[in-house]
Amino acid sequence: MRNIFLHLHPSNISESSLRFNRTFGLGGMAVLLIIIQIITGILLRFYYIPSPSEAYDSVMFLKDRVLFGPFTRNIHYWSGVFLLLIAFLHFLRVFFTGAYRDSRSINWLFGLFLLGLIVFANFTGYLLPWDQLAYWAITVSTNIIGYLPIIGESLRNSIIGGKELNADTLQTFFTLHTALFPFLIMAIVLYHFWRVRKAGGVLLPETPEKSEMIPVMPNLIFREFIVGLVLMAVLLIFAALFNAPLLEKANPSYSMNPTKAPWYFAGVQELLMHFHPFFAAFIIPFSVIVFLAWIPFFKYNEPPNGHWFISGKGIRSSKHTAIFSTVATLAGILFNAYVLNFEMVMPAIPALISNGVIPLLILFLLMGGYYQFHLKGFRLSKAELVQAVFVFIVVAFIILSLTGIFFRGKDMELTFPWNV
Amino acid sequence: MKKTDQKIAETVTRDVINRRDFFGMAWKALGIIAALEAGGMMVSYFFSGKNRKTAQTKQLLEAGPVNGFLPGSVSAFMGGRFYLARQQDGGFIALSLRCTHLGCSVSWEENKKRFICPCHSSAFDISGEVLNPPAARALDFYPVLIENGVVKVDIGTLKERKSARKEQFIYA
Repeated sequence: MRNIFLHLHPSNISESSLRFNRTFGLGGMAVLLIIIQIITGILLRFYYIPSPSEAYDSVMFLKDRVLFGPFTRNIHYWSGVFLLLIAFLHFLRVFFTGAYRDSRSINWLFGLFLLGLIVFANFTGYLLPWDQLAYWAITVSTNIIGYLPIIGESLRNSIIGGKELNADTLQTFFTLHTALFPFLIMAIVLYHFWRVRKAGGVLLPETPEKSEMIPVMPNLIFREFIVGLVLMAVLLIFAALFNAPLLEKANPSYSMNPTKAPWYFAGVQELLMHFHPFFAAFIIPFSVIVFLAWIPFFKYNEPPNGHWFISGKGIRSSKHTAIFSTVATLAGILFNAYVLNFEMVMPAIPALISNGVIPLLILFLLMGGYYQFHLKGFRLSKAELVQAVFVFIVVAFIILSLTGIFFRGKDMELTFPWNV
Repeated sequence: MKKTDQKIAETVTRDVINRRDFFGMAWKALGIIAALEAGGMMVSYFFSGKNRKTAQTKQLLEAGPVNGFLPGSVSAFMGGRFYLARQQDGGFIALSLRCTHLGCSVSWEENKKRFICPCHSSAFDISGEVLNPPAARALDFYPVLIENGVVKVDIGTLKERKSARKEQFIYA
């Protein structure tokens, strides 16, 4: 056992890479959560039946008749939620410490791919209880795919095996969730780790005094053990206190009001409230993904220095951009909801233009103005500028998601969280 | 330019191609072909069986006698997943429950005389025409047949349309 852990690590590491605020142990936490997911997932599979007529009843049986059944299900649910949040934080940590370039650029891409896989592993699992929440969330989300140009409709029909969710959909999602995705994730995680080692371990800022090399056992192993224990404690407390949601059995004739996509797609769903689907479901998300994948390959002038947010200037410009992004996103949401609905104001123009091109142009004008009259004054380097764009996107995404999750009530109207 | 020059020089000075290079390339080519084959098989394996539910077959459901439906009334047939809507002029149309925006089930609001989608509050009138976005298309419909004064709906054939038109209504 000891050997397994020691084989995943180098035998000696730099003392300064042990500082908790270097990595916050996020990558390690993600691996632990994946292992917990696999163990609880296997346990759940002993009871779960993947067919529309029996799925819900099998989950109910697990919930009511199986000793520790609800607890196992809760751990699986919460470790899924935690995994997504921690993988997202890990992604932010890697970006803001500059560990995405040069020898690490390929690993950045694999990391993005892993993040995507984790999202879709969550998404495919969301359907399995076959309750009202699952059925309508997946209906709405898969219908978004239908808005992709040309291939959208046939792609959607292939994924769900028809026009509406049916037994084929459940079978497909079940297979992806319990066979293909876990296997792929484990394989890529191992590769991801190996590449970190190959790049020389955690990226460290240059310091005047040279950091000492110390043995991994016990220095790192013990720290990992403590982080793992604390994480498990928090997870088990959550699983004991908060039940995984389960509503009535899915009813294809009766939609929930409101029907929300799974929480990690709430941002996209919120975009759909404001933009024509072609922009909300295709142009904007794909541009963001291309930008994220492109980040390591811009021509930068100086190598990454390993400091959080690059420099003092980087910190200040990030703060300002975060504030700008928050204000712009909130203002956009409120303006579109209460002041001006582009599609209603310009009924003669196709919705693609009135509700797509025009609001997007307004957004670009705002961003251009912010750059021209404020950000330009910072005289940012290329890396700091890319960082500002990244901050804008991430903060806007978070604000959109929070709005969708906590501030959309009946009929998807804006409201306060206590009315949701 | 320089690189290609070098390459050409290299191939000229060496004997055209030696056995080792030949087998090396042959292995690579075979590997690529095998990968393409396996990939193609997997894709066709996955997609060929997945479209059986979209194939449309005629499947008649008897809704009831013509006189049972008043003009301007909407009757829900949840088993058939449609609303039978009789227009003010007496024309019948069987509207699909599925909102054309993101596929939630719309419900008929009798006092507002409109179909409302709970997901993003799209609204449709009694003919299925869009009254309120985000939905961009009128509700889909199933063909209606009237035989011997009995309304029948073919729930196996779903028709998509851009907007509601007079010729989509069926008269007794």
